[in-house]
Amino acid sequence: MTVTEQIDNPYLPEPARIVRHFDMIDDHRFFWIRHRDEERAMSFKYKPGQFIMLSLPGVGESPFSISSTPSRPGILELGIRKTGKLTDVLFQKKDNDLIYIRGPYGNGFQINQMKGKDILIVAGGLGVIPLRSILYYVLDNRDQFGRLYFMYGARSPSEFLFANEFFQLKDREDIECFYTVDQDSTGDWTEYVGVVTRLFENLPKLEAKNVNAVVCGPPIMYKFVINELLELKIPKNQIQMTLERRMKCGIGKCGHCVHDHIYTCIDGPVFNYFQVTQFKELI
Amino acid sequence: MRILKMQSKFLDVFLESLEKFGVLYGPIKKNSVLTYEKVDHIKDLELWGEHPMIPLKKMFHPKQFDMFRFDKDGITPDYSTIEKRVVLGVHPCDIHGILRLDDLFLEEPQDPYYAQARKNTAIIGFSCLPTENSFCKSTDTDIVEEGFDLFFVKLKDIFLVWVGSSMGYDMIYEREEYFDDDVSHEDIMEYIEWRNKRDEMFRTDFPFRNMPDIMELSHESEVWRYFADKCLSCGQCTMVCPTCNCFNVVDVFDVTNEAAGRRTRTWDSCMFVDYSLVAGGHNFRGDREDRLKLWYTHKLKSYGDEYGKPGCIGCGRCVDTCPVDINVLTVSKALIAGEVPKE
Repeated sequence: MTVTEQIDNPYLPEPARIVRHFDMIDDHRFFWIRHRDEERAMSFKYKPGQFIMLSLPGVGESPFSISSTPSRPGILELGIRKTGKLTDVLFQKKDNDLIYIRGPYGNGFQINQMKGKDILIVAGGLGVIPLRSILYYVLDNRDQFGRLYFMYGARSPSEFLFANEFFQLKDREDIECFYTVDQDSTGDWTEYVGVVTRLFENLPKLEAKNVNAVVCGPPIMYKFVINELLELKIPKNQIQMTLERRMKCGIGKCGHCVHDHIYTCIDGPVFNYFQVTQFKELI
Repeated sequence: MRILKMQSKFLDVFLESLEKFGVLYGPIKKNSVLTYEKVDHIKDLELWGEHPMIPLKKMFHPKQFDMFRFDKDGITPDYSTIEKRVVLGVHPCDIHGILRLDDLFLEEPQDPYYAQARKNTAIIGFSCLPTENSFCKSTDTDIVEEGFDLFFVKLKDIFLVWVGSSMGYDMIYEREEYFDDDVSHEDIMEYIEWRNKRDEMFRTDFPFRNMPDIMELSHESEVWRYFADKCLSCGQCTMVCPTCNCFNVVDVFDVTNEAAGRRTRTWDSCMFVDYSLVAGGHNFRGDREDRLKLWYTHKLKSYGDEYGKPGCIGCGRCVDTCPVDINVLTVSKALIAGEVPKE
């Protein structure tokens, strides 16, 4: 049957271009993406912590965190590790090549809850990619937030992402940055060495009720970081974390990211720690 | 709701007349398996016996179909599977199954493929008698009050016909001469008697009311390990379950053209080992035990939290199908007993 009426198809990807890219470290590439349609590029609204589905026809579609901040509209930034079928082909793409995206999806960070609060951002490894969005959002709207602490741990200096950007931040007076690597074999590393949790000892005394923490990192990291945050007496619902899951739709239909009756794609990917304790297996 | 009666002898010719409203589908034996298929001859229909192995969901959420066509010019939605259809012989449990799927697929943003199929398909329900493994009375899904255009209840010489939609009225209107408004006291008594007899035929009765709490409280139960050790991860339970909706999306290039192809959607199963596997190799549900818990949580608890009713509609297909006797009943019973079943 020929369907003549206009049907909204939420699975239909939109054409976009790779504007520019560079390799951050081995197998980790940074992409600037822009909708092909200029109006769409400028009207595309999202929140820090949301994600998009990126499509390469014939290869497939996968979710990726948005690493840019909506306070700098027009371009979407993605940080992507080459680790599967889709990313293998994506890494062969050149600037100005056509790709497809749809979204944004997910709830994003609860920014209203963060306003006026001291912000503690804790990132491990690739987890820094979605947190970079909220980091720059806070910096771009600096007077809406209290003090800002940014902790980031990578495995080694060669796996430390966004080194240039993040080391520049150290010059600012309105953010305190703590960087660490698990191991340093280079001898050139000037920051901390050890797991990300050891950075907590550098924090000044905080008024726990006035702190809002955001966390993202590998599954193993959450438990240890959460313990530190609870030790500081930060309320459970003021600890936000963003989670990764397999997804095929992004709109709560395909089932893969389900936990109990919540879907990571629509009810998440950002959950506060109180919510996490309500659902077994969430972290 | 308007209820009419029809003499049994008019059934075949009436069903044939419904072709006017769309392509007819109904339960037909194919390779000795009963399944919803296109109807060539009304006589092929098996309307009164067992239920089809694969539930009605396949008409709205097909096992496999193309969502999009793509080529060098872009990506275009493919709605070619959408046609005007009339599905005959749908039992109450299957109608309840579709109403459950409606909650999910028609919630905004709607799934356009499912929504179009629903909009273009009429459902003609038929009464049934309990099969050996059905327990729809326990799940409160043995009777339907919505979700059909017409519903036929078979009595001795007549059908009582419930008219459930405007299209149902149109269908009746086409063949008014077969229908009679005059439902007598005798007919009513016969219907009551039929219901009582049917109620008594259920061999399985199970109190599902407490299952949400029991699921919540039994997360660490040894029962899960016991079933996980038996489970084959074959996914048959999910394929035959009327309320399983999970799907996978896969792109396929055309054989003859390396720039063109289609994005296909196929049923997926949370029993499969790669169901929660993400790039980089982390598997959030690598353990069979976790996958079983997910399925039973969905059927017995979380659907209730979300939509106010359990995901199970009591058709008994998982009981019929699982090769190692893991199903809604055996799992629920073991959890309530708090111990693994005795072999």
